[in-house]
Amino acid sequence: MSISAVTLTEEEYLLPGNRSCPGCALSLAYRHILKALAGQAIITVPASCLTVLMGMYPLTSASVPCVNTPFASTGAAATGLVAGLKAVGRRGLTVAAIAGDGGTYDIGIQSLSGAAEREEDFIYICYDNEGYMNTGNQRSGSTPSGAVSGTTPLGKPQNQKDIIAIMEAHGIPYLATASATYPLDLYKKVRKAKEISGTRFIHVFTPCPPGWRFPSSDTIEIGKLAVETGLVALYEIENGIFRLTSASESLALKGNLKPLSEYLGRQGRFKNLTQPQINEWQDRINTRWKAYLKRANEAR
Amino acid sequence: MVLAQQKSGKKSCRQIVDGNRAAALGAKLCRIQVIAAYPITPQTPVTEALSEFVARGELNAQYIAVESEHSALTVCASASMVGARTFTATSSHGLAYMHEILHWTAGARLPLVLACVNRALGAPWNILNDQQDSISQRDTGWIQLYARNNQEILDILIQAYKIAESVYVPVMVCYDGFVLSHTDMPVDIPSQELVDRFLPPYKPHTVLDPAKPKNYNLVTLANPRANAEGVLCHGYMELRYLLQEALQNSRETIVKVGEEFGEVFGRSYASLVWENRLDDADIVIVAMGSLAMEAIVAADMLRKEGIKAGVLGLRVFRPFPKLEVVRALRKSRLVVVFDKNISYGSEGATCSESKAALYGSGVKAVVRNFIVGLGGRDVKVEELVNAVKKSLASLKEGALNGEYPEWICNI
Repeated sequence: MSISAVTLTEEEYLLPGNRSCPGCALSLAYRHILKALAGQAIITVPASCLTVLMGMYPLTSASVPCVNTPFASTGAAATGLVAGLKAVGRRGLTVAAIAGDGGTYDIGIQSLSGAAEREEDFIYICYDNEGYMNTGNQRSGSTPSGAVSGTTPLGKPQNQKDIIAIMEAHGIPYLATASATYPLDLYKKVRKAKEISGTRFIHVFTPCPPGWRFPSSDTIEIGKLAVETGLVALYEIENGIFRLTSASESLALKGNLKPLSEYLGRQGRFKNLTQPQINEWQDRINTRWKAYLKRANEAR
Repeated sequence: MVLAQQKSGKKSCRQIVDGNRAAALGAKLCRIQVIAAYPITPQTPVTEALSEFVARGELNAQYIAVESEHSALTVCASASMVGARTFTATSSHGLAYMHEILHWTAGARLPLVLACVNRALGAPWNILNDQQDSISQRDTGWIQLYARNNQEILDILIQAYKIAESVYVPVMVCYDGFVLSHTDMPVDIPSQELVDRFLPPYKPHTVLDPAKPKNYNLVTLANPRANAEGVLCHGYMELRYLLQEALQNSRETIVKVGEEFGEVFGRSYASLVWENRLDDADIVIVAMGSLAMEAIVAADMLRKEGIKAGVLGLRVFRPFPKLEVVRALRKSRLVVVFDKNISYGSEGATCSESKAALYGSGVKAVVRNFIVGLGGRDVKVEELVNAVKKSLASLKEGALNGEYPEWICNI
């Protein structure tokens, strides 16, 4: 059965009234991740926005077993869950680590890299809101160049770290990018990852209204613009085979990307960008998009 | 010991092993299910021995060769939360790197067991023995047990699981690097049947299960807060109190487990301290770990010179055996504490703890503190003897405790 908004399970694991900010894309992403895992999972989460979203003791907003773990340790916490389940002979549960970009690109990269190298059997989902949003928006390894944050008041001088390339270099069996604003694509990817063994990595683009400085009513539009401008490409790499998916797949068939300035102009964090900076960034996106198309064609 | 074996009809086997081998054999006998460790001198042979047990099929466990100590203890923590008995071992910088997770696991009340092969901390680099590493972790909420010899390493490691899994507080088994870890000694290795009789299977306080979804270690406010049914649940402060209470109460459990161990294996550990010739001693040497054995030789030498010396060996550092220390020191006029650690700007940790225990107890002994053996500096028996004599002389001169400790070194 094909998956659509109509056929998606009605079962809800993320309860309404959680503590996320208005317009939070993570809330949307987490809801669909949990639906895809269909309740047969143990989640581990480091210090992050998701910790806040899930509430304060003795109440929680998600009806899944969850282990909170210190910031740097997500990959290890997932490793331990997998090892423990195996040691005591409990089968049929998926272990899913869900961390932000700070916990993945920066402080948590050691334990993630170690786990991926050991081919640990879990799904790692990085929800990327491009900064340390839980502490009120400071730069991370994923903050784009030029973006203003609490620790880059004039705009970040460096480019984003390419976490996908880093994870792909680990030779893991399944790797995907997704966006919280394309929930069915995300859902399908988590479902697919669930059926694969080994370390699986899914990167989820997660627009953040307060951090990126756009109105909380615009989350979906911002997420769509990111894909339509080619800034974010939705794809999966299964055993080395690259495939564009969902809106990015349609875009590849139909043609032109929207100009990046449409995406940048909607967010206060890019207010300091100069036209030459925007042009340079646009060039990088064009080059990268061509590389995606080439790779997708080669795989065909 | 022989009697106990005859009674049980089970044999143990005496082997010549070093401290690391004793630790690995002890962990194996506890049927550990998940091992996660990162090699560091002088702990490394423990990781190699356990890897070999698993590879050969002698031990049915998951061995996770993690990329750091921080991850090693995290793996143990989450494996424990799905119901597996875990083990890790480390030293020095490895233990320091675990610091965050030491707090986390004690706070989560996970009954983990960790072997700490005591080693100095840098800078500068030093791979040899002192106890600065484990002492630096004293406020993390872990029970700390110290071994004096290789037999005790094996014995207290087995006891550690029973203690941890009774009180839901993690236990650190500490033994001196090289002095014990790389020194061969005869050790009675008990049979698996005996250990199985002593140590029941692990019952976790928590089993993560989608059928009963719960969120563990989530943000907890300072004050109690009502759940969905309106029942008031603990705040952070109450949870901290319960951890302190568990450590306070673990005194009884440690003694009871030590006693039960004696009944099954013939070697009793029914006290938080080791006492040697204290009945008529008016001068008491206090030491912890292998130094407590050497102190017995020093006390014997002092006795030959007519000085009535005895030894108080600290077997348990957390919970600190306040009552036992007071009882052991009540007849003394001079207490000489040797520390293989230093709380910079103050004094040795066991000295501070002993003094604190004596305060208000009515024991009027003068307490002297000597810092010895840092970074593997050899501690000679004559040095211990001379330190006691020097302390005695200071009594005759009417001098009281110095503000800061003396160091046995070349400055």
